[in-house]
Parts: sequence; structure tokens; C-alpha cells
Amino acid sequence: MLAGAGVVAAGLLAPLHALAATWNKEAFGAKSAADALKGIGAADSAPSQDIVIEAPEIAENGAVVPIEITSNVPGTRSLAVVVEKNPFPLVAKFDFQEGALPYVKVNVKMGETSDVRVVADAGGKHYSASKNIKITIGGCGG
Amino acid sequence: MGLALGASGLLAQKSPYADYQRMTAENAPVELYEIQGEEAWKKRAGPKNVSLEQCDLGQGPGVLKGAYAGLPRYFADADRVMDLEARLLHCMTTLQGRSREEATKRVFGNADLASEMEVLSAYIARQSNGMPLKPGTSHPKEKAAYALGQKLFYHRAGPWDFSCTSCHGEEGKRIRMSELPPLAKPEYARPVMATWPAYRVSTSSFVTLQWRMNDCYRQMRMPEPNFGSEVPAALLTFLTVNAAGETYRGPAIKR
Amino acid sequence: MAGPMKMRATSQGGVTEIRVLMTHPMETGQRKDPEGKLVPVHFIQNVTVKLNGKTVVDGQISQAVSRNPVFTFRVKGGAKGDKVEVSWVDNHGDTNQTEAAVA
Repeated sequence: MLAGAGVVAAGLLAPLHALAATWNKEAFGAKSAADALKGIGAADSAPSQDIVIEAPEIAENGAVVPIEITSNVPGTRSLAVVVEKNPFPLVAKFDFQEGALPYVKVNVKMGETSDVRVVADAGGKHYSASKNIKITIGGCGG
Repeated sequence: MGLALGASGLLAQKSPYADYQRMTAENAPVELYEIQGEEAWKKRAGPKNVSLEQCDLGQGPGVLKGAYAGLPRYFADADRVMDLEARLLHCMTTLQGRSREEATKRVFGNADLASEMEVLSAYIARQSNGMPLKPGTSHPKEKAAYALGQKLFYHRAGPWDFSCTSCHGEEGKRIRMSELPPLAKPEYARPVMATWPAYRVSTSSFVTLQWRMNDCYRQMRMPEPNFGSEVPAALLTFLTVNAAGETYRGPAIKR
Repeated sequence: MAGPMKMRATSQGGVTEIRVLMTHPMETGQRKDPEGKLVPVHFIQNVTVKLNGKTVVDGQISQAVSRNPVFTFRVKGGAKGDKVEVSWVDNHGDTNQTEAAVA
């Protein structure tokens, strides 16, 4: 599954716990958002309003951009974060099991103003939402 | 945790950064420094091999609750006004018997390793979270420190003929995207003094008010004050008294 | 060798919230040191959260997560006293972990 082959929606998927301590080098090394999404098998994702992204519209410092994401799509078992304009767009992927809620709050780095896309995997089908975050450069002091 | 506004409370209400400041404050790595600070507070050091736990920060030996909010203040045993870091240095040299040289060898840390002063400041400041800032104002030396701080605030010097007011003298000023609050005015001093010390995102390090005073002098191209000396104590007295009454909400996070 | 890590797990309304703070430079490999040399990539790649010994969150992260990462996770269930463990592995193979009881 991690070899980048397309994920078949109705096909058999490796149990998520088998992925512990692996790191999707190909997806994380992808230089475009499209390739990153392909790398996690989410090339075709449907837009969904059930994925909520809470993040500031404008951030003073792209080194720390807090984002809080949650999926209300039933059966969500993973959430991935893609910052489209970053040199390596895939920032994180979280797999949830044994009662973990599809929710995470994390600080990410953004190189410039960009859309931040969150992709949810629910039963092998992918859904996504995105939010634009503006990055400005702070001054000295403070 | 409450709103931890950035440089200026008033400006932040209209500020496009209000959400950013709130969310980063809620998600800051500040606690890491507080834990280290607790360890440093309890660690035996110096020739006397004692911890700082009996240090009197103004509320009695070892009393941390509200101590930060009550500084700077006059201390009879040193016969001078001290801010937190000056007082910690005093305890390090008197209680622990350490030399000033050793205790101040590395007062400002970096992203990889915070300094002892920084982590202690984080830990001690936390114990005043939620309490009103109440620096000493009644003792003659406290009044003198305020007057000196005020004088220093307006005093122009150095190759650029700068004073603090060159940046912090007028409303509506900024450097790039950072607001520059006029700190002589209480409404601007309050949100600033309520949110130091802080985790500074741009340097991934924890910074204190001694560091801030030092860095301002450096930016004005003037010699940096001696650590824990009369100049920063006076300036911090001036600034904190201007902010008196404000609910302390640090340690915070800054750009 | 790894810097301090702190985690707090609290339970409310049937949901356990886990907040974890990690010390890690999370170097992107694009930053230059004071001498102008590029600082090599050095970042956490995997974050694992366990509740009572069972993995509940498996995270893969990149160098684009901020320095000194702070995460919040939520798990349905979890009672006071249950054991939460968070661990990480970075691209050097270094690891760190911390555990706490749900409060």
C-alpha cells in the first residue's frame, strides 16, 4: 500500500496497525501536492464540508502555524495534512484506531501563503477540505 | 488560559493577528521550560550545595505563588530594587555561594538549550498566572527606580541618538508587521508586561525581560546593560508600574 | 539525550484529550547556521500514542511540523488512571517517550 500503488476503494487494505513505525518516504518526498496525495493513495478525493479546519486566516510567522483538524465523515480512520505551496507538501498523516477520534491539533511550518488541505480516509474513500492561510513576516522585537 | 494578546491589547482587538496569537498561545511549547525550571529551582548547586528553594522572591522564603507578579520590588537584604532575574542572581550568590561570574556565564540560551535563568523565569512566572501585576511602589527606592526608569526611557544616546521612545514613543508605529506599543501609556504597557517571559517562535527559544532589555539596547546600538543591574531593574520598574493591575497571563508565546 | 517531553491526558465527557509537548529541532535541511552552512535534516518521523498498551494513533510527520512539536489528540473512552504513552522516532533513529495516567 505504501509503494504508491493506487488504493482501490473496494479492495483489501493492510490493517492500519501494520503501518506502525513506517514512514512514507515517497509521499513525504513528493514536491507537488498532487504527487503527495497520490503517494498516500488519495489522488481522487471528494470535497467534503464534514472536514473542519480551524486555523488563523493570517499568521505572523510561518514557522509556527497552529491548525486544528477534525473529520465528521463517519468511519474516518486517517487524516493527512498537505500544505500546497510548501517545498514538500505532505506535512503529516495520522492513522486512528481503537477509539481514537479523527482529530488532531498541531503546529506546522508554512513557507508562504498557501492552501492547507486536509484529506480524510474513511473506509478507503477519500474526502478533503482546504483553507487558505496567509503568511506575513514579522519584524524585530517582541 | 484566557486571551494572551500580543504586543497591544487595543490593537489586537482590531488586529488581524488576534486569532493567530490566541491559537499559538494555546499551543505553545512553554510548559517544557516550566518543567525544566522546576528542576532548576530544586537542584542543589554552588559551594553551599543548596537549592534555591529558600530564596525569597518577595513573598517570603520559598513562596512562589504571586512572587513574579510582585516584582520588581525593594529588597532590604540587598538594599535595592530587583526584578526577577536580579533577585535570582542574588539568591544564587548568597544562598548557594556561587560567584556572579559563574552564575551569569550563560544567562541567555538558544533554541537547543535554554539557560538556567530562562527556565527558572518560566517556572516562577507560571506561579503568578491569573494574578494582578503589583510591583512595589511605596518604598523610596522603588519610587526612585521608577523615576530612573522613566528617565532612561526617554534618554537619547548612542550613535543613532535613539531612546526607547524612538520605537515605543507613539501610537500606530510598527516594524514590518510587529506593532510597537508606546509603553509609557498604561493601556499599551499592560498587555505587554502581562505576557513576558515568553516562548519566541522566530528563534524557537524562551526569552526573558532581561534579554528584552539587553536586546533593545543592542538594537539601539548602545552597550548592553550588565545583567541584573540597576538599569534594567529601573526600566522594568517603570514598565511594570505602568502596567500595574493587569492580570498576568504568562509565560506566553511571541512571534 | 533527547530534550524533555511532557504529556498530559485528561478525561471529560467520555473523551480523553492527550496533549504532548516534545523537544526536537525539526530541522528542514534548509536552514543555515551562523557560519552559513546548511544544517542537515533532523526531524521526528513517527509519533505513536498508546492507551493501556494499545496503539490508538499512528502519526507520520515531516520536517514541516514546527520545532518543539505540540500535539493534541482525542480518544473516545479512557478512564481516570488509564495509562497513556507517547513515543517518537526521528530520522536518526533516536527515540523518546513519556507516559502519564489519565487525570
